Amino acid sequence: MSLETRPDAIAIEVSNVTRTFALARSASGDARTLRAVDGVSLRVRAGEVLGIVGESGCGKSTLARLILGSLPPNAGHILVEGCDLRTLDRRARARLIQPVFQDPYSSLNPAHRVRDIVRLPLAAQGDMAKRAQTNAVAEVLERVGLSVAIGDRYPAELSGGQRQRVAIARALVLKPRIVVCDEPTSALDVSVQAQVLNLLAQLQRELGLTLIFISHNLGVVDHIASRVAVMYLGRIVELAPADALFETPRHPYTRVLLSSVLTPEAGKGIPEIALGDGYPDPSNIPRGCRFHPRCPAAIDACSTIEPTEALAGDHLVECLLAEAGEHRSATHSRLHRAAAASHVATAP
Amino acid sequence: MMPVLDVSDLRVAFPGVDAVRGISLRVERGQTHCVVGESGCGKSVTSLAIMGLLKSNASRSAEYVRLGGEDILRLPERRMRALRGSRLAMIFQEPMTSLNPAYTIGSQMTEVYRRHRGASRRDAVERATALLGRVGVSAADMRLGQYPHELSGGLRQRVMIAMALMCEPELLIADEPTTALDVTVQAQILSLLCSLQKDSGLAILFITHDLGIVARIADRVSVMYAGEIVESGPASAIFSRPMHPYTRGLLACIPVPGRRKRREPLPSIPGVVPRITPGFAGCGFRDRCALASAACDDGIPEQAAEVDHHYRCQLVPQDAARSVS
Repeated sequence: MSLETRPDAIAIEVSNVTRTFALARSASGDARTLRAVDGVSLRVRAGEVLGIVGESGCGKSTLARLILGSLPPNAGHILVEGCDLRTLDRRARARLIQPVFQDPYSSLNPAHRVRDIVRLPLAAQGDMAKRAQTNAVAEVLERVGLSVAIGDRYPAELSGGQRQRVAIARALVLKPRIVVCDEPTSALDVSVQAQVLNLLAQLQRELGLTLIFISHNLGVVDHIASRVAVMYLGRIVELAPADALFETPRHPYTRVLLSSVLTPEAGKGIPEIALGDGYPDPSNIPRGCRFHPRCPAAIDACSTIEPTEALAGDHLVECLLAEAGEHRSATHSRLHRAAAASHVATAP
Repeated sequence: MMPVLDVSDLRVAFPGVDAVRGISLRVERGQTHCVVGESGCGKSVTSLAIMGLLKSNASRSAEYVRLGGEDILRLPERRMRALRGSRLAMIFQEPMTSLNPAYTIGSQMTEVYRRHRGASRRDAVERATALLGRVGVSAADMRLGQYPHELSGGLRQRVMIAMALMCEPELLIADEPTTALDVTVQAQILSLLCSLQKDSGLAILFITHDLGIVARIADRVSVMYAGEIVESGPASAIFSRPMHPYTRGLLACIPVPGRRKRREPLPSIPGVVPRITPGFAGCGFRDRCALASAACDDGIPEQAAEVDHHYRCQLVPQDAARSVS
């Protein structure tokens, strides 16, 4: 099922998309809204692996559901392979884009055998003979490294890694062009995680898939992604090729995030996290730059002016300091101190 | 100096499964001993066995489990209950399993202190307020009146740590206390635990699957696999000179940001953790080990790689150190 993809073809185009959720009224009776995704624009190239990282509540899973078409946006629009998903029926959508979720314990129906779980998407299409379905299931199980005999088993009889392979097989059985993986290895042990990551990378290459890979684990994302988006409180605050993002991060939040990764190196101690006490709250997004209350590099202007996307080459960053030519403005002493501090935070 | 916790030949079995198969470990005052392993290796069962909190279908035996020199293995439940929460405290991955959703933070924190210490309400509130401040919870007075659901995950974990420290325990058992947290919050909580330890000389037995955490906080490390400690030693030795093929394999398969090799697969460990049934013999890792031989079916010797650094494998140190898994 090799796909012809032009090098710059756009697989997914997200334009100014917002998704909010209504919350229960507060004690004082005010209606409250949670802004999960707040005016996000994003282009995913055909055949690339786009990693999306961020902490809980940053909107990365909501963005995944919007892209999958399982959740409609409040504003903006999303084109997948040039189609507005809302104009497609569920069957057509399923042939185009498929999800793989975090927890293979809850995403597989425990009452069905593996082969029925993997066959369901084919059966739901309603246009394939039973025998052809059986063959397709056997083929895809083999592709994800499972024996056909596993098809007779129930999810409860499988290990976590095998279950995640089943979930991947189910996602691939319709030969979609795009797969959205939301924390696909987070529930797995590290030795099994490596197996599943290798499998996803291999399938992506062999099938020419466009892969969106969402994770809180920066090491995992760096391993698999060619470009990485960093989300904070519903916005993409930095987006760059993986090498650039991990070697020369430009947003202060990305730097803090990278500095907080505990690599297995003895004697290095625990990094100081310069984030202050505040906790990001998507139902109460700060004015100005949404990161400024926690930002170690914030200047006064950050509390009033909302930064816009600044693009340098293919490195996008949304930060006033980056707009102002990053940390070179020596006239601003606070900016200067902050630059020094963030330098310490990212020291290897 | 007498270790705070000294465990010798601890065994735990459930019907049909040997979960912990003869492990020994010590935790010294002011030190952190990390027990690291993947799911099902027996690390959490070990901590529950030490706390005397195993389910009733488990059978536990040991040569001894000493807390500050006193064998607590055969203490009656009434006396264990007096130890738990006072000299021996535990924190878990999910704070909501130890916080009662129906009571305020304040009433839960003060109850521990009043019950174990017979303190007055006022003294207990004072201590709770001070400890919340110490663990970095701002506006402690207000927090005492709040319910657990009103706090963020990081705050709940801080509250649980403060609650565990109410009675100045000698030993804190921490079972994956930061696994559910974001990386930035995780670093903050770990750095808090380390600074509390520096102040109080607290001994910490830290259970985790995350070798990144182990590298940053451990004084000593025990690597568990299939119910056994397969390698133990000072953290510096485990990370710079790992000996057991499992330890070496585990270290190799962690993706580290900024250190990837494009297009190269990550090293992984094939297969899955075996289920250890009674009567199991030989090395538990042999089915997944690239270096396994017929010798691995027999009893496995514990070998010394260097002073204080041991591993359980039939490979002699020179061969183990040379192996590339």
